[in-house]
This record gives sequence, C-alpha cells and structure tokens, in this order.
Amino acid sequence: MDIETSYKKYIRLFEEISSKLKNEDSEFVFNTRMAAFKKFKDAGLPDHNHENYKYAGIAEILSEDYEFSLESRQALVDLNQFFECEVKDLDTHVILLSNGEYYQNNKPIEGINENVIICSLKEAKFKHKEIFEKYYNKTVSESNDSYAALNAMFANDGLFIYIPDNTKVNKTIQLVNLTHGFGNKNVFKRNLVVVGKNAELSLIICDHTLNNSKNFTIDITESYIEENGYLQYHTLQNEPNKSSVINNLFIQLERYARINSFVLSLHGGIIRNNLYAKLSGENSEANLYGVNLTDRKQRIDNFTIIDHISPNSTSNELYKGILDEEAKGSFAGRIIVRPGAQKTNAYQTNKNICLTPEAKMRTKPQLEIYADDVKCSHGATVGQLDEDALFYLRQRGIDYKEARLLLMFAFVNDILLKMEIEPLRNRVASLINARLRGEFSDCSHCLLNCHTRE
Amino acid sequence: MLSIKDLHAEINGKEILKGINLEIKSGEVHAIMGPNGSGKSTLASVLAGKEEYEITKGEIIYMEKNLLDLSVEERAKEGIFLSFQYPVEIPGVSMINFMKTAVNEHRKYQGLPPISSAEFLKYMREMKDLVELKSDLANRSVNQGFSGGEKKRNEIFQMAMLKPKLAILDETDSGLDIDALRIVANGVNKLKTNENSIIVITHYQRLLDYIVPDFVHILFDGKIVKSGTKELALELEQKGYNWIKE
Ligand SMILES: Nc1ncnc2c1ncn2[C@@H]1O[C@H](COP(=O)(O)OP(=O)(O)O)[C@@H](O)[C@H]1O
Ligand SMILES: [Mg+2]
Repeated sequence: MDIETSYKKYIRLFEEISSKLKNEDSEFVFNTRMAAFKKFKDAGLPDHNHENYKYAGIAEILSEDYEFSLESRQALVDLNQFFECEVKDLDTHVILLSNGEYYQNNKPIEGINENVIICSLKEAKFKHKEIFEKYYNKTVSESNDSYAALNAMFANDGLFIYIPDNTKVNKTIQLVNLTHGFGNKNVFKRNLVVVGKNAELSLIICDHTLNNSKNFTIDITESYIEENGYLQYHTLQNEPNKSSVINNLFIQLERYARINSFVLSLHGGIIRNNLYAKLSGENSEANLYGVNLTDRKQRIDNFTIIDHISPNSTSNELYKGILDEEAKGSFAGRIIVRPGAQKTNAYQTNKNICLTPEAKMRTKPQLEIYADDVKCSHGATVGQLDEDALFYLRQRGIDYKEARLLLMFAFVNDILLKMEIEPLRNRVASLINARLRGEFSDCSHCLLNCHTRE
Repeated sequence: MLSIKDLHAEINGKEILKGINLEIKSGEVHAIMGPNGSGKSTLASVLAGKEEYEITKGEIIYMEKNLLDLSVEERAKEGIFLSFQYPVEIPGVSMINFMKTAVNEHRKYQGLPPISSAEFLKYMREMKDLVELKSDLANRSVNQGFSGGEKKRNEIFQMAMLKPKLAILDETDSGLDIDALRIVANGVNKLKTNENSIIVITHYQRLLDYIVPDFVHILFDGKIVKSGTKELALELEQKGYNWIKE
C-alpha cells in the first residue's frame, strides 16, 4: 500500500470501530481518541518526505497490509509457561501482555507495597479514574506526531503502574510483550507509568515475538515522575527481521525528579525509537542512553527531543550503535533550552561503528538554545573498529574474531556500566555478547528461531 | 630460532626494508640500533605480522616454520611477542579480561585447559610484582590513561604473563626514567632463559648496560649495515649515527 491508501485505511478503520470503542471507553478516553483522530486526519501520515521521518523506512513498513482487530485473541496455551526468566539473580515481578493486551492469567504480584497499583489500562481507566485522567495522554497530546496520534486512537490496553509518594519498589518490574498468532498484525500498545514524589521504580520492558509474521507495532510508554522521584527505565528490543516497530517514550520530570533510560535495540527489522523528555521541573535530571546493534538489511532510527523548560536541569544523552553488513541507521537529537531555563546542562554524544563499507549511519544534532547561561555540548562520530587496537589484541594471541568482539563489546560497555541493577546489567551484557557473536540471542523460550538466516 | 633472509618489505608502495639478513639462535640477545626512520619498527611489525606491510622478497623461518604463512595471532601463540613502541589504549577492555583471554588462547593452542580464576589472579599478581606494576593498573582499561612509563612497564608485564620464545622490545626504554629503566630491565632479565631470545630495539646504548646483548646490529635505510658485539653499541654512542652514513 502507498502512504495515501494507508492513511485512508486508518481513517476508515477508526470510523468503523469508533462506536464500539465508545461503548467500552470512559468518556475521557473516548474524547482523547477523538482528539487524536482529528489531529491525525489533519496532519496525515508522515513518510520520508517529512523532516522527522526521513530515515525511518515508513514506505517499506506500509508496503505491507496489516490487520487490526479489537477482539482479544485468546492465547491457546498458558503464556506464563512461555516466559520464565532464566536468570536466577534477576528477581523481577513479571507482567505479560498478549498482543498488546494485559494477559488475563498474569500471576498475582506478591510482596509489593499494597498501595502500589499495577493493572491493565482497561481497568485503570475506570477503577483509578482520578489518577488515570490526571496523566493519561497529557504528554502525547502535546506532541504533533501522527504515529503517536494513531496509537492514541487505537490503543486499548497495556500496563498501568502507579507508585504512590514516598514508596520504593525494590524489585524490578518486568513487562514482557508477547506477540503471537497468525497473520500480519498492527499492534498498538500503551503503558502509563506514574512515579510519585520521592518514589522509586525500576522497570524493564521486553518485546518478544512468538510467530513469524510481519507485524507492525506502535507503542507508547508515558512516564511521569513527580518531585524527587526516580525511574530506572529499560527497554529491550529483540524482535525478528520481519518486524517493524515505532516505539515512543514520553517522559515528564518534575522538580528534582530523575530518570535513567536505556533503550536497547538488540535486534529487529525496522526500528524507530522516538524519545521525548520534558524537563519541566527545576533541578530535574535525565540520563538517556541507547545501544543499537544492527546487521543484514535492518534499519534503526533514533529520534530524540529533550526539552529543558526550567532552570538547573541536566540532561546527559549517550547513544551508541554498531552497524554490520548493509544495516542503515540514523540518529537525530534535538535539544531545546527554553528562555528562562538558565543553568541548564545538556550533553549529547552519539558514537557509531560501521563494520562494513555498505553499512551507513547518519547522525544529526540540533540545538535550539534560547537561554544565555547554559552549558551544552554535542559530539557525533561514525567510524570503524580501531585497527591498531585490533592488531594489539591479536599480537597477544587473541584471534581476529574474538578481538573484534572484545572491541565491539567494549564500545557499548560504558553504557551498560551505567545500569545500576547488576544482575540486569549482566543479563543484558550476555544478550549483547550473544548478539555480537551472531548467536540467536537466547531470550529464552522463543519457540521459533526467528532470528536465523533464511 | 629465527632466520631472516634478504627481506624486502614495503608499505603504500614505498620500500622500507631493503634486504635484511639476520640469524638468531635460542638464548641470544640481539640489539638493533639505528637512526629514526631507518625501519626498526617496520621490521618489528613485519615479524609480528602486521598486514599493512607487503613482503616483496625474501623469507623468514621461525622455529622451522615459514613465518610469513602464519597469521598475527598464530605467530603470537607460537611465542612471538612484540613490546610496542607506542602501546595502544583500548578503552572498555579491562586488563584482567584482556590478559585472561590472551593466556587462555595460548593455553588452548598448547592443548591445556583454561586457567581457573583463582589461579589466574595469583599468576597475575606474581607477574605484576616482577615488573613492579602498580596494583590498580591491572583493574583499568588496557593502557587507558597510563603514563608513558606505565605503558612500557605494562608491555613487559604482558611479556611476563605470556612467556614468549622470541620477544621484540621496540624502544622499551623511551619514556622511562633511570629507575623505571632498571626495574623494566630487571624484569626482562628475570624472564631470560637459555630457551628464549630477545631482540632489543633501541636508540641509545643506555638500556644495553642492563640488558646485555650478545650481538649488536646497525640498521640504516632498511639494511643492516654493520654487525658486531656489544662494543659496537659503545662505539656508535661515541661516534654518533653520522659515522654510519659515511
Ligand atoms: N604507513 C606508512 N606509509 C608510508 N611510510 C611509512 C609508513 N609507516 C612508516 N613509514 C616510513 O617507514 C620508514 C621507517 O619507519 P619506522 O620503521 O617506524 O622507523 P624507526 O622505527 O626505525 O624509527 C620511515 O621513513 C617512515 O616514514
Ligand atoms: Mg620505531
């Protein structure tokens, strides 16, 4: 399909299901959908002709026809059995999503503060109406991104987490998205994470595909971190070659709030990651890290906007990529320092290694500074593995392949070292090592060897 | 142990080595001296197998093998060690992980099982003491942020870890003060046996007071123009390199 046909298809689809949605939705959510629908209709679907989506491979994604359905697709087996984290030290609360829906047989979460709310979005919109409506779609509605609007139109479920003030959740919450069933699906997933004042949460989101179809996923995770709250956020993308993903992370930070975000794109077909960080409160801090590993004809496109609104806020952005074979990558990092956001510190670095002459990486910083007393820096590199270092390692008896692996791992390891949860760091390190070795990353229990070469 | 015959090598179409002949037997120490740009480091790199150099003529026989047929890492595991003139900084690769990988690759080549972590740490401590390497350097990334002297010491530490049959020390003395020079030279001497050989590349006679050579060769414009015993080094020191050029 071309872009125009896809655009019309989404409009028709929404018109067809809107009455059904209206029956199931709260009034607030339905109004949100309608507002998003209007925005989508006006803005259209951006493709490579749009400044922000130049290198995202939209035409390729939309050349497929995807089916979308509101009906739940019942899993035929107990999904809990599919997913059991093998890492002994990594003790997490696991929550499963099945094709974007909160899995009805999720194991109960035990040993967590009773005021913490963890449930499906479907449940939250009625049961926790007040909190839900205070936050839901607030940051998304400020964005003019059409794919985010599409998600707001169609997304019907996902995870809701609310950590009340002064509450620390000391076990990591692990959200596992399982995509399964037949046919090429359009999946819309939506998570809402609220970290209260002085509260702390560590969250990891893993994507996991159990079929071999071509799926197109549009995700949104909105995270609101209240005064002096702290979120450690990790997203682990380990998807098959045929998959396409537009992943959106919205972050809003109040005074003294902090986030450490890790966007780890280990494998995928076409991946676009949008990240919007809004440093609303004074002295807020965003540490935004990204690792991407691509090969074959994979595409990765990281697009980030960091918006400094209040004084004394700090952002550190560090993204690193390794591109092999014919992979194509792009990084666009926009930093905005609003008038009045004095004493802002904003540091951005993007480093890439292209292992072959065919692998291509584009990187583009964009600084818009409207305050005068700020410290901003940015730097970008696209290079090869250091030949002298390679020779040095080999001279000590380490063979070529192993020496390359050591250097590639070293290249991304400084990002992993920023992860505070050691078992998680070790787990990610071993996944990355396996990935660099070209082994099937043993994100366990995936029945199909979807990463093997055809 | 090593026999180099009429070796010619070039890089980017420029001939650097122009017919080198050199015979080294087990247990011998050979010094190679010569002015800057004469090709000393090139010879070291060619022996270690750096692929940028093209060998246009000649042969190198090492332990009855045709050295030019072996890859960089095979040569290393056959016992060739190069102490680099300019050791490379490798951020993100820890010295411990690096050395453990290297030691295990050598062991695998010799048909030995991997070394246990405890054994490895003990071995590493002993070798560190041998070259009086500061403790914390081993916990850092390879050569990263090391001073010039620390880098050279770290080279000899790696030599101690890997116990080469043929060690090529390329200007290991440069950047070392006299105390450090003595420590490094002592380390090298402790590693010296009748079974292994050393090629000491140096600019100055100074190092040769500590690591005493059996033979001294003078390399000039890609050729060995003079060979002799350790006295040759003293003569060269007195007369300067212009003496050679005449
Ligand atoms: N990559 C290169 N391309 C061209 N010439 C080189 C290259 N590397 C070294 N050379 C030249 O080779 C010669 C020998 O250099 P080198 O072996 O480093 O000398 P030495 O170690 O004796 O000082 C010098 O003239 C140097 O300029
Ligand atoms: Mg030199």
